[in-house]
Amino acid sequence: MHNPRIGLIIYLFLNSSRVQKKRAILTVASIAWGTLSLLLLLAFGEGIGISTSTAMQGIGKDIAVLWPGTTSLVWQGLPPGRAVRPEIEVIDLLNKRVPGLFGAAGEIQRYSAVIKYGKIGTNATVKGVTWGFGELRNHIPAPGSRFIDPMDERLRRRVAFLGDEIAKKIYGNVDPVGKELLIEKIPYTVIGVMMPKVMMGNYNGMDKDQICIPITTFKAQFGMDRLHTLIIRPDHPEEMGAVLEGVNKVLGTKYGFDPADKRVFGTWDTVESSKSQRNTMTGLKIFLGIIGALTLIIGGVGVANIMYAVVKERTREIGVKMALGARRSWITGPVVIEGMLYTLLGGAIGLLMAMAAIVLLGCIPTEGNEALAMLGKPTLSVPIGLVSAAILGFIGLAAGYFPARRAASINPAETLRYE
Amino acid sequence: MILGSFFNTQKNNQKKENDGVISLKGLSKVYDTGKVKVEALRGVDLAVYSGEMVAITGPSGSGKSTLMNLIGCLDTATSGSYLLRGEEVSGMSREALASIRNRRVGFIFQSFNLLPQISAFENVEMPLIFGGMPKKNRKERVMDLLERVGLSERMDHKPTELSGGQMQRVAIARALAMDPDIILADEPTGNLDTGAGGDIMNLFIELWEQGRTILVITHDPALAKRAPRQVEIRDGNITEDIRRN
Ligand SMILES: Nc1ncnc2c1ncn2[C@@H]1O[C@H](COP(=O)(O)OP(=O)(O)OP(=O)(O)O)[C@@H](O)[C@H]1O
Ligand SMILES: [Mg+2]
Repeated sequence: MHNPRIGLIIYLFLNSSRVQKKRAILTVASIAWGTLSLLLLLAFGEGIGISTSTAMQGIGKDIAVLWPGTTSLVWQGLPPGRAVRPEIEVIDLLNKRVPGLFGAAGEIQRYSAVIKYGKIGTNATVKGVTWGFGELRNHIPAPGSRFIDPMDERLRRRVAFLGDEIAKKIYGNVDPVGKELLIEKIPYTVIGVMMPKVMMGNYNGMDKDQICIPITTFKAQFGMDRLHTLIIRPDHPEEMGAVLEGVNKVLGTKYGFDPADKRVFGTWDTVESSKSQRNTMTGLKIFLGIIGALTLIIGGVGVANIMYAVVKERTREIGVKMALGARRSWITGPVVIEGMLYTLLGGAIGLLMAMAAIVLLGCIPTEGNEALAMLGKPTLSVPIGLVSAAILGFIGLAAGYFPARRAASINPAETLRYE
Repeated sequence: MILGSFFNTQKNNQKKENDGVISLKGLSKVYDTGKVKVEALRGVDLAVYSGEMVAITGPSGSGKSTLMNLIGCLDTATSGSYLLRGEEVSGMSREALASIRNRRVGFIFQSFNLLPQISAFENVEMPLIFGGMPKKNRKERVMDLLERVGLSERMDHKPTELSGGQMQRVAIARALAMDPDIILADEPTGNLDTGAGGDIMNLFIELWEQGRTILVITHDPALAKRAPRQVEIRDGNITEDIRRN
């Protein structure tokens, strides 16, 4: 008995009297505008999300940074409060002994070392690092240059790897690779320059302003052999906790402290902090999405409005169809279709405009402008498309549904009574 | 008039006299407009038999249209019983009422009420579409109906391109489309000049002669006198019910 007869509903829709063109255009335009806003806001959210997570990884992907401190627990008759000061050799030890460890690296810093090249002089932080530091801390060498390698470390070569800013400061536009550099009056050869990177978190300053040299060379020149920082990266980010425990165990055995003593090292777990960063980003995206959806809802109200007017104009037409035996769905169906059609048409136009806008925005160069670089490139993605389509569909349906209900409640006798 | 012979004569006067199409008992209708309650019908009893033609007369505001709307299932009664071919209509669902409007009654209005944006053909076709008749059968049926009312050549015309009399013919063809049990006409000649009105009235009489059951509201005493039965309504009550032979 109950057969919605889609074909008939479409026939009735096609044969309904048409809306004023100007009104229809305005309505479609408001939906297009709403869709454009929604898509652009979501696309910017996506872009910021991508550039933030890139920037988060600027310091190194999935690493933990450890600062040696003092013990907090009694251990084998020894009191708490003893300083633990790991030597360079523990890096090899960790790399051999800790299961699930992708790599460990160590670093010793000297602040404000005097740097000279010819007549140019400046001060910079110099870091003595183990050769694995470059990969863990995301120091990518510019083309034609390299980072410190195991040979440099073993032979205590006087080679230096420069951050991109300090390189520019000293050498200007000249390629520094192969050039000589005096660090506290000792000559070094520049072997590499870091690729520029966006770096959101840091400790002890930005990598771009600093100089790396082999840790062995550093020890020889400055007489320091205790690590200021250890960098740890697990094979799998979710195993960070286990790997940190492994590190504590190995170092606890070596330096005589309770492996359960979590306060020996100050720890910055970037996996953990990027997780909360991601949550913040998701929150931001939802917020932007809601603003966009609200704009779109205004468009939807426009469609509902025009459909109410349409129903009002067609009251007599609807009454006649009811008198001829039209079922409820044959009255409401065409109204819903029409509301949906305006909405989807506006949505399609909005999508085209958004794509055009994003292509144009993509042409604006962001190099050298950190604010623009953090804003990122607005990006449309499949989830954005799905979310927008769902919102549009919902709004279209609602915009048609309520006027359609009004149409169905028309009383044919009353409608057909007067001229 | 070129009508007569086109109508099938099986549906005819041979039907049993007591074959009731409509039976109303104590039918009343109160319009509640919030402030005032208008008692438009006050317990009407009426029986209409198959093949009858009834003219309904009465002063303005007496409840004629109200009665017609109730019989045509365009509106529902406040109380009372309405049997359509023995079936109780009051209390039926909206969908069931829609189906009755489609299959069992043919309504003709004073102001024609054709759909303005479609052709005469499509207007007549509409109830057939609602009734679910296949497309190939529809075409033949619509052509046949338009021929009966003498408008074959006008089938592609929009209502605005037709005269009042022609529009009312299209409306009559539309009312006949689903071969209903009863034809209801609420002042069908009210918007027409005397000539065209007379033609429409002749058409109704011919339809009656072919066996149709017809209820027609009219203000025109001359037209009313042509009907074999005349029912007068005053103040929501039937005050006279005359049969002529
Ligand atoms: N929808 C309505 N709401 C309120 N009152 C109504 C409604 N329809 C009709 N009435 C009232 O009911 C009474 C009967 O009206 P109805 O239209 O049936 O009269 P009628 O006999 O057809 O009159 P006319 O000859 O002028 O067409 C009138 O008083 C009218 O005002
Ligand atoms: Mg009336």
